[in-house]
Amino acid sequence: MIKTDALIIGAGPTGLFTAHQLKLIGLDCEIVDNLDKIGGQCIELYPDKPIYDIPAIPECTGEELTNNLINQLKPFDIKFHLSERVEEVKKIDENWEVKTNKGTIFLTPNIIIAGGVGSFEPRKFAPKECEKYEDKSIFYSIKDKTIFSGKTVSIFGGGDSALDWAVELSSKSKVNLVHRRDEFRGAKSTLDKVYELEKAGKINLFTKYQLKTVKGDGNLKSIDIQHDNKDLKTLDTDFVLGFFGLIMQLGPIANWGLNIDKKTITVDTEKFETNQKGIYAVGDICSYPGKLKLILSGFHEGALAARACFKLARPNEKYRFEFTTSSKTIKNRLGVKGD
Amino acid sequence: MSKVTYIEQDGKSHTIDIQNGLTVMEGAIQNNIPGIDADCGGSMACATCHVYVKEEWFNKIPKKEDGEEDMLDMAFEPNKFSRLSCQITVTDDLDGLIVQLPSKQA
Repeated sequence: MIKTDALIIGAGPTGLFTAHQLKLIGLDCEIVDNLDKIGGQCIELYPDKPIYDIPAIPECTGEELTNNLINQLKPFDIKFHLSERVEEVKKIDENWEVKTNKGTIFLTPNIIIAGGVGSFEPRKFAPKECEKYEDKSIFYSIKDKTIFSGKTVSIFGGGDSALDWAVELSSKSKVNLVHRRDEFRGAKSTLDKVYELEKAGKINLFTKYQLKTVKGDGNLKSIDIQHDNKDLKTLDTDFVLGFFGLIMQLGPIANWGLNIDKKTITVDTEKFETNQKGIYAVGDICSYPGKLKLILSGFHEGALAARACFKLARPNEKYRFEFTTSSKTIKNRLGVKGD
Repeated sequence: MSKVTYIEQDGKSHTIDIQNGLTVMEGAIQNNIPGIDADCGGSMACATCHVYVKEEWFNKIPKKEDGEEDMLDMAFEPNKFSRLSCQITVTDDLDGLIVQLPSKQA
C-alpha cells in the first residue's frame, strides 16, 4: 500500500501543474493515468496542434506544452503510475483508499481528479457480435505480434497505427487493409510503402469499405465488409485489428458518489472540492458557474486544490502562503540557491 | 435564431431555436438533446458530436476542413452525409436544418 499526501488522477497539463503546486508547498503526491504516456489530451489528441492561449507562451504544441510541464517537475521526485486506471474508492477513517485495475492500493487524505473528459479507451467496432471475439481474434492494440505469423489479418483504419501495422505484419502474414474512404491520414512515406506492398501482392487494399459483420463458431472464420454502394464482400480471416483511435469515458469515477452533471463533476470554487470531503476535481472534468474549459483555468484550479490538500495532509500545521521569488523553503524544495 | 431539427434513431424528433453563431453541437448540448456527446468541447478532436445531415441540406453547409474528414474516420458508422456538428455554425441560411443522430457516438 502506498501512502501519499495526495493522489492525482490524470497526467494531463492540469494534473502535472497540480503536482507542481503540491510539491512546492511541501506535500508529496503520486499520479495515475490510464494512458501509457504523460500528457493527457494534449499528447493523445493534438500533440502537433498549436495552442495559442497559454499565458506568456505565444504558441506551443500539445507536445511542447507537455514537455515543458514535465521539465518544470524535474526538481521533484514524483511517481507516475501509467497504463493504470483507478477503479474503487473507499473511505477509511480520515483517508481514502484507492484501488487501480492493476491492484495498486493508495491510502491518502486527498484525491485530485484531473481526468479531462475521462480515461482513454480504444474505439471499438460497431457490430455487436465483435465483443465475443475481443482479445481472442479481434484486437484494438497489439501486445504480441508473433501470434499473427502465417495467419490472415484484416486491419481497419486510416491512420498511422493501421498503416504501420499493415506494413509490419505483411512480411509474415496475409494482410487485408480496410478503410472507409480513399484517403488515408497516416504518414505519406508509410502510405507509399502500403501502395508498393499492394502492387507486390503483399497487402490487399479495400477502400470505401466498413465492417458489416463477423462470423465464426467460437473461432473467428470470416468477416463481411460493405462498400459505400452497399456491395458486400466476405473475407476469410483469422484476426481483425481495429485502429480507430481512442475515446474518452468517465469510467468507474461515475460510481464514486460524486455529484455529476453532463459528465462533469460539480465543485466549489474555493477548494475545487466535490461533495465528498477530500476529493477534488480540477481541469476540464470539473464544473461550476462560469467554468471555462481552458488549460489556464485548470492551472488555477489545481493551485487552489493543492492548498486545500494541505489542511487534510498536515492537520496540525498552518499553511503559510509564500512566493517562489522570495521563499527560502521553496527554493530549497526546488533545489535552487537562494540569494 | 434559426430552427434546427435533430432526429433520433427511433424517429423521435426535437426542433429547437438556436442563436446564429452557435454550432449545431452547442445547440444540442444546451438543450439536452440526447445522442450528442461532444467530449472534446468542440475542438474537432473526438468525433462524438457526429450527425448525418439530411441529404437536401448537406450541400448547403460550408464544406469540411481536412481535419474534420480525418476525425470522421473515428466516428461510429459514418456515411457520406456525416458531419461533426461542432463544425456546423448556425446561420440564417441554415434555418430549418435537419440532422439525424447516429445510434451511438462511440
